[in-house]
Amino acid sequence: MATLTVKRLWKEYGNQVVLENINLTVADHEFVTIVGASGSGKTTFLKMLLGIEQPSRGQLLIDDKPIAPEPDQQRGIVFQRYSLFPHLSVMDHVLLGLEFQGAPFVGRLFGTRRKQAVEKANEMLNSVGLYQARDKYPAQLSGGMQQRLSIAQSVICEPKILLLDEPFGALDPGITSDMHDLILNLWESRRMTIFMITHDVQESFKLGTRLLVFDKLRHDPQSPEAYGASITYDIPLRNGKKTQASAA
Amino acid sequence: MPRLINLHPRRSSALALSALPFLLLLIVYIISSSLRLADNADDKLLPALGDLYSTFKQYALEPDQRSGEILLWLDTLASLKRITIALCISTTLSLFIGLCIGIIPLLRAAFGPFITVASMIPPLAVLPILFIALGLEETSKITLIVIGITPVMIRDLSQRCMELPTEQLIKAQSLGASTWLLIIRVVVPQMLPRLLGALRLSLASAWLFLISAEAIASTEGLGYRIFLVRRYLAMDVILPYVLWITLLAFTMDWMLRTLSRKLFPWAES
Repeated sequence: MATLTVKRLWKEYGNQVVLENINLTVADHEFVTIVGASGSGKTTFLKMLLGIEQPSRGQLLIDDKPIAPEPDQQRGIVFQRYSLFPHLSVMDHVLLGLEFQGAPFVGRLFGTRRKQAVEKANEMLNSVGLYQARDKYPAQLSGGMQQRLSIAQSVICEPKILLLDEPFGALDPGITSDMHDLILNLWESRRMTIFMITHDVQESFKLGTRLLVFDKLRHDPQSPEAYGASITYDIPLRNGKKTQASAA
Repeated sequence: MPRLINLHPRRSSALALSALPFLLLLIVYIISSSLRLADNADDKLLPALGDLYSTFKQYALEPDQRSGEILLWLDTLASLKRITIALCISTTLSLFIGLCIGIIPLLRAAFGPFITVASMIPPLAVLPILFIALGLEETSKITLIVIGITPVMIRDLSQRCMELPTEQLIKAQSLGASTWLLIIRVVVPQMLPRLLGALRLSLASAWLFLISAEAIASTEGLGYRIFLVRRYLAMDVILPYVLWITLLAFTMDWMLRTLSRKLFPWAES
């Protein structure tokens, strides 16, 4: 169960203000979709949630505790691409997180513990429709299957917060609707909080329970870097929920 | 008529084409050799193929009159032992140091520039130092090969490490990997085929350093033999030895390639 609190958050690179004064509280099990023009700082915001960028000022809290300044199991991440491991089979991808957590020295599980992990992984692979492909390598998978795998790999570690950075942006339009059903199902059954960046406004309305729009509030034509972006719209949505997920 | 760049040979003709340069070389040799021999039957520069063969047979099958050893095997064994030990040491060192420099920013800052500078030292210029410090025995020869190829392999491997997508490293951390787990489960497995690749590329230099070291101070070895018989213009020994060395190097390369394909099927493409 995770509540995320953002207090007076600023991000600056030298003179350039990227984000200014962001305040936000996100309740547990929200599905937050984030849209904004390129350069509006939405990716920077996600990177700070992930822990690979640090705020210049202000606070990021999960359950009232400061967020760790580097990535950890609390926060899963699915990038648009490049995050699969070319040397691991589909099954090994899903096992990887369990092995990291269960075997801090050798990074591999053996015997009954491995059997239990494999069972869990099989279940996960079934639920994302990759069971048949469990012995394949990433290079042998289609773009949609690769993203399913990347999602499954993160979700099996049961993160409190799942971050999605334009996860379906590089996919054929035909399969994105399947992917939407998939992510909604996982969100329902695993009760995670999800933050998803997208450039597809329709998608953001369809999936989210809450939509954040990042944009600049003020603009100085003489020095465009003087003002940063903030959350200009914070729209509660109700349509993304149950109806869609149970229909799938 | 299609463009030249779109003309692809068929399998059979590709094979024939690849044999062509070898055949050409052989023909040029036979012609030049017979021309010279017709001019002067005692010519030593380009012996007839039959002479090359009989000398090689003598070196490969008959014991030497003075030492009682079969020279080709004595030399081959000595050289292979040196080069194998050196390659093992270099591979281990470059995997370890290359990873450290490639993955851990603090170590990269500390040792990266040093390795870059060290890889610019001409190894042969260090050879006298090695002979003085380590003596003329095996150690200095093996050390020369190691010094010669390791820095380049380290640089290659650390470069490959840095080319790993950051997304992969971040993803692994979000799955709960410590630095150690990240290295053994994500980085090392992806670096092993690269390491074999770097090793294959270093083979030629390794042989170069081996033969140099043997030429200068040795009592047996392929390089030693070539430079020994050079005094007598014994091309009938030198040429087969050069072919033999080439064959050995080629076989090592082929074995490494096959090994890499067997062990890392995912790395093909």
